[in-house]
Parts: sequence; structure tokens; C-alpha cells
Amino acid sequence: MLDKPSFSLDGDYYSSRFSELGKGEGDTLVLNLGPQHPSTHGVLRVIVELDGEYVRRAEPVLGYIHRMHEKMGEVKTYVQYLPNMGRVDYLHALAWNWAYVGAVEKLMGLEVPSRAEYIRVITCELNRICSHLLWWGAYVLDLGGFTPILYAFDDREILMDILQIPTGSRLTYCYYRFGGVSADLTETFLTQTRNFIERFKTRIPMYHDLVTGNMILRGRCEDIGALPAEMARRYGATGPVLRGSGVAYDVRRVEPYSVYDQFEFDIPVGKNGDAMDRYDVRMAEMEQSVRIIEQALNQIPDGPFINPDVPDRIMPPKGEVYFAVEGARGKIGVYLVSDGTARPYRLKLRAPGFSNLHVFAELAQGTILADAVSILGSLDLVIPEIDR
Amino acid sequence: MTQILQFLMLPLVHLIVALIAILTFIALNGLILVYVERKVAGFIQRRPGPFEVGPHGLLQPLADALKLVGKQLVMPRGADRILFWVAPLLSFAPVAICLLPIPFGPYLLGLNVNLGLLLVLAFSGLNVLALCLAGWGSNNKYALLGAARAVAQSVAYEIPLLLSVLCVAFTCGSLSFVDITASQTRGLLSWNVFSQPLAFLIFFVSALAETNRAPFDLPEAESELTAGFHTEYSGMGFGLFFLAEYSYMIVVSAVASVLFLGGWSGPFFSGHWWMLGKIYALILIMMWFRWTYPRVRFDQLLNICWKWLIPLSLINLLGTALIINLVR
Amino acid sequence: MTTTIQKTMKGLWSLIVGLKVTGKEFCRPWITVHYPRQEVTNLDTFRGHIDLVPVLDDPEKPLCIVCRRCEEVCPSGCIRIEGHVPGEEKEVPVRQLLLVSNISLPHSAAREPICATDKTLRVLDGFSLNYNLCSLCGLCVQSCPVSSLTFSSDVYLAGASRKDFEFDLLQRLIDRAGSTKLKKAA
Ligand code: SF4
Ligand code: SF4
Repeated sequence: MLDKPSFSLDGDYYSSRFSELGKGEGDTLVLNLGPQHPSTHGVLRVIVELDGEYVRRAEPVLGYIHRMHEKMGEVKTYVQYLPNMGRVDYLHALAWNWAYVGAVEKLMGLEVPSRAEYIRVITCELNRICSHLLWWGAYVLDLGGFTPILYAFDDREILMDILQIPTGSRLTYCYYRFGGVSADLTETFLTQTRNFIERFKTRIPMYHDLVTGNMILRGRCEDIGALPAEMARRYGATGPVLRGSGVAYDVRRVEPYSVYDQFEFDIPVGKNGDAMDRYDVRMAEMEQSVRIIEQALNQIPDGPFINPDVPDRIMPPKGEVYFAVEGARGKIGVYLVSDGTARPYRLKLRAPGFSNLHVFAELAQGTILADAVSILGSLDLVIPEIDR
Repeated sequence: MTQILQFLMLPLVHLIVALIAILTFIALNGLILVYVERKVAGFIQRRPGPFEVGPHGLLQPLADALKLVGKQLVMPRGADRILFWVAPLLSFAPVAICLLPIPFGPYLLGLNVNLGLLLVLAFSGLNVLALCLAGWGSNNKYALLGAARAVAQSVAYEIPLLLSVLCVAFTCGSLSFVDITASQTRGLLSWNVFSQPLAFLIFFVSALAETNRAPFDLPEAESELTAGFHTEYSGMGFGLFFLAEYSYMIVVSAVASVLFLGGWSGPFFSGHWWMLGKIYALILIMMWFRWTYPRVRFDQLLNICWKWLIPLSLINLLGTALIINLVR
Repeated sequence: MTTTIQKTMKGLWSLIVGLKVTGKEFCRPWITVHYPRQEVTNLDTFRGHIDLVPVLDDPEKPLCIVCRRCEEVCPSGCIRIEGHVPGEEKEVPVRQLLLVSNISLPHSAAREPICATDKTLRVLDGFSLNYNLCSLCGLCVQSCPVSSLTFSSDVYLAGASRKDFEFDLLQRLIDRAGSTKLKKAA
């Protein structure tokens, strides 16, 4: 018994299934990218079959950071589930916060004071910039540029300082409450946000100089992983991945929630859906977020930041509800079934990254390994969100 | 005193002394360059870089070296025992010979051979063999891919490198570093970089690729191949590869400054300080590149070489030959 | 042909532009905070683990009325409270779980907190916080009817074992009171 190692060098269930599924002709190499690999940002595992450096086939393997968020929703009360939302997608935590409280509010018919709505818009958009900045840095890091991520962190750090003022945390926010938010915006928050916007407007041209215009980067992004709109639809891809393919689908515009219909902003779209288009869309989105924040700062009314009539016991009536918001990675949906008790009967989270990821297998086929990495990076995946 | 000098001038003794001096120089430089690289990276990224060990982190490379020496050497199961350990040695050893024929000052020279240039090119080619062995011997798929890349890259970039070096050899009419330097001592404008700017650019780009420096660091592209050919190396095995990379940076910078920037000659005064200054300036530029650019893709790298650098250097070489013939 | 050359020239120029950017940043000062020598300045808005708030006239006595709402609302179950009613040597019973589901925000004073009307006097005997589990959501602080809980701004926490993060908040309160007394005496 002892002479056999307790693990097998031939791989596990997934890799053996992968080889069974279609051993290509010729001399090919099956390579595991991940779950610990510098370009999978966490614990995604991608099995690829390589012919030289060409990717014959790729298959993502999920579940390494599955935390049962949906099941947890069934055992916790409505309020107790709030902190979970900051941890599904830690990069755009506030959008998830919003999707969940929005769903419960819709089910209960709770009013949200208009100041609270504006606070939500401002903080959520700031958080979106945060998320896009991190993606930008990490993507360039995937392509081998070390410095941009630290410039991005410079700005992100300021943003996190700002968001720390009302929320008290820096990453996994738990800030929105049923019927409002948990703390008002202070004067410091407002001035710091204005200062940041002024500063950020000078930073974006610098980013474009350093990275967007760079010949090497363009060589790594242009015409790489072109995603036709039809295919994006087929996979249910949303967010910048879909918009990069030229479909102007943005939940903030098509089914405006909260006060998004009060603001003027554009929905940036790409043309042929390659990595460069997705890149451009995200860069433009940061500028649009800045526009939204500026308008919101000018319009924000006075008033309570939380509905004073929120009942002590959150027990939504029997029924079901679906509420969607636009996260940094796409459409975030919360589907909630209530049986009238203090806990949800069923909670389903629609994570945009899950649909976006599955585009990868088809896009990566026939590309060079380095392009596969570029495509993976351009999809902006957050693995904890995909696994939930 | 004179006896000692005479003893030192004996060819064999001279060679041994020079080798020891060069090895010390390399080791010291390895430490300094690690420090400089981390500081440059830090400053570009608006942070202090190493700061904790010693004043301003000056002793950090020493601590790193100690750590590397102290680490266990691990060899993966199924690796080729001999090749796996020969590779790092093979990668590092030729460096000493590469620096031998390079005149650091008017008299600071290990070995005066009239084929010095050829010697350097021949021995620096050994490095790719080492990378190849390391990749093959590690029994690791990433390492294998890295090795394959290293070979293709080195073979491709050797050609424009040679062609651009040839231009200089043509104009100077010699393959000896001493003669080439001597031909550039007539003031700033006699430096070859002014008569051969294109050759200099091609040389520099090819040298970046030859030394596997960013943006051409494909054999160890960490976002694709984790660490490429040295994925499986730990401790001093990795340390030697690391040292070799920095040493090759010195070699190519030294060759570039001799060939194109006048070697030890310079305005105001001449001597080894100029040479060192030039070497370090070139290395700093290499570091600046590394911390600015993303990495090119493999096929793009080869495209740059075959479609741009080789034709350009060929044209340059032909032009040079033509002009030299006309002038004569 | 000419377009290729033009494109290449433009590309090469973009490389120089990139170098300019990093070169400029190279010459500018650091922006990082150098931790053991410097510390960040915005800790007052940071929400660390929770702490008890003392009553006005006695820094050793917490405001807490042992209503156990915080214990109940905590999603991670990291709060354990012990208390008794003076006279009756009986433990305050654990509230039936899940009665209170939302938080009564201390700031929305419009609403009467349930427990403030409860006139029974209870004394807090122990308040333990298992910080290993805490998700820093702030629900406990916001559900406390008498604002007996607050966030500390303790970020420099480090320990070698889990035990180091099991805090006795009552003891901490007494320790803090002692240190302020010492300061006053000095
Ligand atoms: S902050 Fe949240 S998790 Fe932490 S003790 Fe309070 S209620 Fe529990
Ligand atoms: S909610 Fe406040 S008063 Fe009630 S037990 Fe907790 S700390 Fe004490």
C-alpha cells in the first residue's frame, strides 16, 4: 500500500475528464493554469490543452472559493445577511449591498428617502471607479507592466480613505440598510470627494499616456479575443464585456433604479469586442462615473438618510422579487423568495462574472497562451464572486 | 615593487588575477544592481524601495543573498539530476570569460586578444544553452515552455546583434576591443554611436532580448509561465540564474559602451570611471524600460526581429560597407 | 508602406511618452506611509472591533442594560453576554432568538427603543467578543438601544494565536478607566 503515493500525478477528476473529452491529434500538452497562478487573480483554475504555444482547448474549473453565500441567505435573518454582500464581490461591494437591500425594499414596499438615494449613487459610483482602477492595474500587470498598478493604487487609496468616512471599512463595505444607509455623509466626505474628482481628471490623461497609447499594450489587446455581440448574448455576458461588443446594455439606463434617471451620462460602447474595446469601455466608464458623481454632489438634497418607518422586524410579505443593479462587472441580480418569516426562503445571486467567464473557453480557442492570459484579464473576473 | 609588477605581467598570472578581479566585480555588482533595481522600481512607483535592512536598505541585497544561500535546494521528482544542477552553473560561468577581453580602462584589461568581440559573442551564446537545459531538466511544463521561448528568442536576436556589431567592426577595421576603443578617443564626436546610430539602437534592443530583460522577458513571463525556465529552482540555483541575468546586463552594457560609446574615453578625463559610468547609465535605462513597459507577445517579439531588426541591420551593414569602400 | 512606417513611428513615440511619465514620477517624492515611523492619520473614521461605552460619571461602569440585542443580531455570533438582575441571583435569560430583526438606529430617535421602557435593572457581568469571527458589519453597535457600544479604531492588532483576539470587553473598559485615572493623577 505504501509504495503508491497518496496523490496521483496523473491529475484529478477534472483534468482526467478534460483529457477524456477530446484528446486532440498530434503532440499536445495539458497544462493546469491555477488554482494558484499569477494571472488567475485568486483561485480560478483553467485547464488548457496546448499545441506548442497555441491553445487548443480551455476549460475553467470553478469552486475553489465557494462559500455558500446563497445557502447562508436561507439560515440568516434578513439583517444578518447584510455583511455577506460585501464579500461576494469585494471589489464592488456596494453594488451588491445595493442589489440586496433593493430587493428587500422592493418586496416590502419600503420607501427610501431621496438623500439616501443620492448617497447610494455617490458611494456606489466611487466604488465602481475603485474597482475599475484595480482591474486596470491588474490587467496591465497580467501583460507584464509592473508600475501602473501602483499608480492605480495611489488613486484607489484616496478613494478608500473617502469611502472609509461613512462606511468605516475599506473594502468589504456593509453600508446600505433597508430603507437607507447606515450613516450620513459628512462635510469632509463631500470636500474630499470634490478634491478627488479634480485630481482624478488629471490622472486619467496620465494613464492614457502611460498605458492606453503604448504600442506594446495595443499589440497585446487589439484584435485579441474579439467577442461578437451575438456570442456575448448567447453566454449572457453583461457589463463592460457586453458593451465592448457594441451593445449599449446598462441596467442604470435600460431599467433605471434609484435616481439614475436624473443624471446625464453616456454608455460607452466598443466596436468589435476585442480586449482593447473592453479596455476602452472601462476607461470611459470611469469618466462617466465621475460625471455622475459630480451631478449627484450638486443635486444632493437634505433630509433623513434612512427611512424612520423601517419596522423593527424585517419580515417581508410572502412573495418573490428580482432586483438588478449595474455592477462594475455587469448585471448583478438578487432573486428573493419570502415565505413571510424572518429569513428568506430562497436567495439567488446572479453574479455577472459567472457568465462573463464562460465566454473565455470559446474565445481562447486557437489563440496563443499569452493572448489567453490577456483575454482572461480583459474579462475582469473576481473569482469569489463567480463561486459565491 | 617592480618585481611584483613584472610577476603580475606574466600572462598566466595576469589571467588568473583578472579572472578573480572579474568574479569579485560581478559578485559585487550583483549586489549593487539588485539594490539599484529595487530602488529604481520603488522611486518610479513613488515608494522608498528597500528601507529596513541597513541605512536606506543598503544591506538588503546582502540579506537576500544570505537567504538564498541558506535555503534548501530542492529538485523536483523526475528531474534530470545532472542537467538540473549543471544548468545554473553553465548559465553563470561564461560571464567571467565574457568580461575578460573588455578594456575597462587604458590598462585595465584582462586579456588582449584581437578577436575579443568574437570571444564575447561566442561565450554569451552559452547562456541560452543553460536556459534550455534548465527548462528541459526540470521536468516541468512551464519550464519547458520557457526554455523553448528562450531558445527561439536567443537564436533570433543573435542575428541582428551580430549584424550591428559587424557594422562597428567594419568602420573600425578590427575585432579587438582595444583597437575599437582607440579609434574613438578623438573626442566625443568620434564615438561610434554618432556614425552608427541605427546600429546602436538595434544592438541595444537585441541586447535587451538577449539578456531576457523586460519588455522581452518572455522566458520567465510570470503572468503566463509563473517563472518560466527557473520555476523549479530554489535557493542558490535560482540565485545563480539571477546573478547571471545581472551579469549579462553588465556584459552587454560594457560591450555597448566599448563599441558605441567610446569605452573608457570621455571628455575632461579618460579612464575606468567613464567606462563604469557608461555601463551604469545603460543599465539604468534598461531598468527604466522594465518598470515602464508591458511585455510583448512571443510572436510579436519574433516579428520585430525578423521583419524589422534583421532587414534594417542588413541595410545598415550594406550601407556601411558601401561607404567604407567609397571612402577608401 | 508609408502608413506602416507612420504607424511604427507613432508607436515608437508612444514608448517615449511612457518613459516620460515614469521618468517624471521617478523624480517626485514618495507617497507611501512608512509604517513603524509614520502612521496614517485617518484612523478616527475607521471601524475596528467594538468596545463598551461607560456611563458619564463612572468610567468603569458600562452603559449596557443587558438587553442582549447585540448578541442576537450579530451575524457571526461573536458576542457572549452575562448579566444578572440584582436581588434575584438568576441569569438574564437569553432572548428568544430572532425576535428583533432590524436595527433601531440610535440616531433615529423618533422610535422608542424596546428595551429602554423595560425598567428592570440588570447588571453586566461579562461581555466577551470573539474578534476572530467578527465581520465588522456594525449591526451590534447600531442595534444597541442605549448606545453602549462603539467602534474602536484599533488597526494595529496582531497576535500569535486565536486566543489573542478573544476580548473581554468589560475588562478592557476597566483597564481603560484605570489608565485615564492614572493620567489624571499624574
Ligand atoms: S460588528 Fe457585526 S460581526 Fe462584529 S460583533 Fe458587531 S454584529 Fe457581530
Ligand atoms: S445591545 Fe447594548 S445594551 Fe443591549 S446587551 Fe448589547 S451592549 Fe448591552
